[in-house]
Amino acid sequence: MAAKPDLKRFPGFFALTLLCLFLLYAPLVIVMIYSFNDSQSITIWGGTSLRWYGDVFWGPEADKFKQAAINSLAIATAAAIAATTIATMSATAMLRAGHFRGKGASFALINLPLMVPEIVTAVATLIFFSAIGFTTGYATILIAHIVFCIPFAYLPIAARMEGVEEVYEQAAQDLYATRWEAFRLILLPLMAPGILSGFLLAFIISLDDFIITNFVKGAGIETLPTAIFGAVKQGIKPNIMAISTLLLGVSILFVTLSYFAGRIGQKTKTPTGETT
Amino acid sequence: MAGLGQKPTAGGRTYAGLGLPLMLPAWVIIGFFLVLPIGIMLVYSFLTKEFRGGVIWEPTLAAYDQFFFDRGLFGDEQPKIEWTYILIFWRSIWQAGLATLMCLLIGFPTAWFIATRPASSRTIWLFLITVPYWVNLLIRTISMKFLIRDNGPLNQWLLDAGLISDPIHIINTNTAVQLGLFYSYLPFMVLPIYAAVERYNFSLSEAAADLYASRWITLRHIILPVVKPGIIAGCILVFVPSLGAFLAPDLLGGAKNFMIGSLIEEQFKGNAGNWPFGAAASMILLSMVLIVLIFYARAQGRAHAKGAS
Amino acid sequence: MAEDQTINPAIEIDRVVKRYGSFTALNDVSLTIADNEFFTLLGPSGCGKTTLLRCIAGFEDISEGAIRLYGDDIANDPPNKRPVNTVFQQYALFPHMNVQRNVMFGLQRLGYSEMDARGRAREVLDLVQLLPFADRLPAQLSGGQQQRVALARALAPNPKVLLLDEPLSALDLKLRQAVRLELQQLQQDTGITFIFVTHDQEEALTMSDRIAVISDGRVQQVGPARDIYEEPNNKFVADFIGETNLIDVAVTGVSNGMAACTLPGGAAFTCPAAQGAHQGHGHLSVRPERVSLTAPEKALITGHVQRLIYLGTDMHIDVALSDGEMVKARVQNSQSAHIPAQGAQVGLDFEEGAARLLID
Repeated sequence: MAAKPDLKRFPGFFALTLLCLFLLYAPLVIVMIYSFNDSQSITIWGGTSLRWYGDVFWGPEADKFKQAAINSLAIATAAAIAATTIATMSATAMLRAGHFRGKGASFALINLPLMVPEIVTAVATLIFFSAIGFTTGYATILIAHIVFCIPFAYLPIAARMEGVEEVYEQAAQDLYATRWEAFRLILLPLMAPGILSGFLLAFIISLDDFIITNFVKGAGIETLPTAIFGAVKQGIKPNIMAISTLLLGVSILFVTLSYFAGRIGQKTKTPTGETT
Repeated sequence: MAGLGQKPTAGGRTYAGLGLPLMLPAWVIIGFFLVLPIGIMLVYSFLTKEFRGGVIWEPTLAAYDQFFFDRGLFGDEQPKIEWTYILIFWRSIWQAGLATLMCLLIGFPTAWFIATRPASSRTIWLFLITVPYWVNLLIRTISMKFLIRDNGPLNQWLLDAGLISDPIHIINTNTAVQLGLFYSYLPFMVLPIYAAVERYNFSLSEAAADLYASRWITLRHIILPVVKPGIIAGCILVFVPSLGAFLAPDLLGGAKNFMIGSLIEEQFKGNAGNWPFGAAASMILLSMVLIVLIFYARAQGRAHAKGAS
Repeated sequence: MAEDQTINPAIEIDRVVKRYGSFTALNDVSLTIADNEFFTLLGPSGCGKTTLLRCIAGFEDISEGAIRLYGDDIANDPPNKRPVNTVFQQYALFPHMNVQRNVMFGLQRLGYSEMDARGRAREVLDLVQLLPFADRLPAQLSGGQQQRVALARALAPNPKVLLLDEPLSALDLKLRQAVRLELQQLQQDTGITFIFVTHDQEEALTMSDRIAVISDGRVQQVGPARDIYEEPNNKFVADFIGETNLIDVAVTGVSNGMAACTLPGGAAFTCPAAQGAHQGHGHLSVRPERVSLTAPEKALITGHVQRLIYLGTDMHIDVALSDGEMVKARVQNSQSAHIPAQGAQVGLDFEEGAARLLID
């Protein structure tokens, strides 16, 4: 048995995986390292310090970035809540409501924001608001974000709902629960990890967006990406690297949370089987 | 066994009859703020431009005419084919295509490797692959720009190590854009292929080996055809956003390596200020993407039909 | 009680048809299940037995017909309006609630106060001896314990009818045999009508007051276990329940439930006939253990021994008739038993009452 060739293994695949991870992480790690550089120049290493973090919070541009960060977080929170609610309702319709007219079209509709290139969505939204005479501002950013966050929230929610066997809701109904009770007391708690993942994903996607925000934001309103982009246009300065590292930290915190949300969910699942 | 799990009806029915009301918010939001805007954008592409943005409500084909034909500076010459924009589109397709190929060459082995790990370590590998995807795209692109600058860390190390005598010029080249696109969308390639490989039945490989196939023959004739849907899905997920990408070409490509995204952006945000032309270019981009997706949907449909028979 | 079904029917299935598109899952099914009866729906997978159960529970709409529960037509009521509870095949215990919460769920939906629901839940948990496990999550229980929680949960609201969808199929063999007895006892103690779905004939034969054998969406035969086994109506039932020989015969006449037929080889034979049997070509069902080996000249049929299979307590003998048809016989292995050698010419004999003419 020991000499049996492993058919799953291909020479070089492991090396390519490491290369893949290296390519993905090298730029991020380097920016992280250079964010601690105690030097005016981004090229020359001048020793370790936190001076650029200080610059981010108390430097000349601190107010601008602070306001942008508040805008980003507020919009991302509101957009993610709205998108998660809509996505949960849609997933229930698609996966639990049997056949209805326009089901195929509904599925295409939910995925439409994923299929339309971001730049096209940005242009269309800008033209739309201009055509109906809507002043661009916080509201336009929020609406645009809700639209493209819906499919991202939908994916993990629908995946989770598919994983929850309908027999639980049937058992609830068999035990005299109304459909609303079956939804609230059984389906919702069982798919909570999916809803949490959907929320986190939508939140990150909203926080991440540059192109659409750049088109529909009003004059003077900045989110973090548009503020950073504006600053980078003048050249990469060390404080940008500090901000980037901070945002990186937020992203990694979120993905870790979402990862553990998924794991917790899996543990409570196991319907039959012995003690886990 | 006719258990409760396998019902003859497709999908659940607990909330039968509530499909439309439950879908209503999605229909309203996406319909009103995406479908309708695309319709209005189509209308705008046939209107007359107003200088410094906006439109005059006079129907014209000027935007499309400007895209495809050159009528001289004053518009009175014999129309010739205008290559500027077609070339920009062609460059976008080429760049997106190369980025997709790079993603596939690295992404397939990675996806395979991860999918063949024991289940416990698989989630960790997958986690590692997905983390960068969660990191702000703008920040990733800036990081890449920082890394590959002429006097950036990459060149410095190579110089210090004595591997090169002059800095390699990568930034503001096509290569930089491809690298940026590759870096932006690599996880999109890995995840669907991973999903396909995870479902792959390894006894097929054993059967092939039993019938004297080497592992590379098995890869070529058994594995690739079976996981092809995942590969195609991955390619589309990388190609489509690459085609309309704005950040990578703008930050890494510089002025000479214009792609569709920058061209469109310039009509609204930059100096060009030609909304109908920007709308027309957007419509052309959208049509190209839809063609790709329709081909994909039809291929999927055929695969399903084959699987069912 | 089985014979008194006309007095107080708990469930009446009246000409029920269930279609999925062009597929007919239930084809004109009529059944009357008596109050306080342990009634089993038995059939192979895909025969429609689970569909019928789901129609009674309310998870499937019926295409035609009526379902009456103590006289009330419930066919259009949603599941939560039917005083009927189900024990699901994989139990469907709510994984995010502990055992007690699971059992309390139905009671609370019915408007029990928290305290009353807890009291009743503990009472039922005590009945299935799971009180010490009230605070555990379902995932922390063994398969057998989960099965009992599912039972307790379904019994707690005191349903008029309890539906059980192959509740033993997820248990291992030893446990299954023990639980059978418990289920039967529970049914007698509670006096609730049980409708039990299974594909396992042994389960059906040992537990049920009456059995309905279902195949292809139709009821093939209804009756107590003994009737189903000893007096099968048609080929499907005879073949599905236990092992049997189906011998081709020519039927010369049928009267008063008795049929005169000609066996292969020409011997005349008279035996009981299933209802609806008619003259012409027919099949005789004879259980292998009722076939005895004798000298060829004294026998009803003759053939030669094709194959001998040693089964420990029994010897299984395949006898090939002259026309190629095969008849199985089962002989107990005892010192006095005469076991013929392979290839030997043998005679086969069976009593009148051991054979039955079937309809196809």
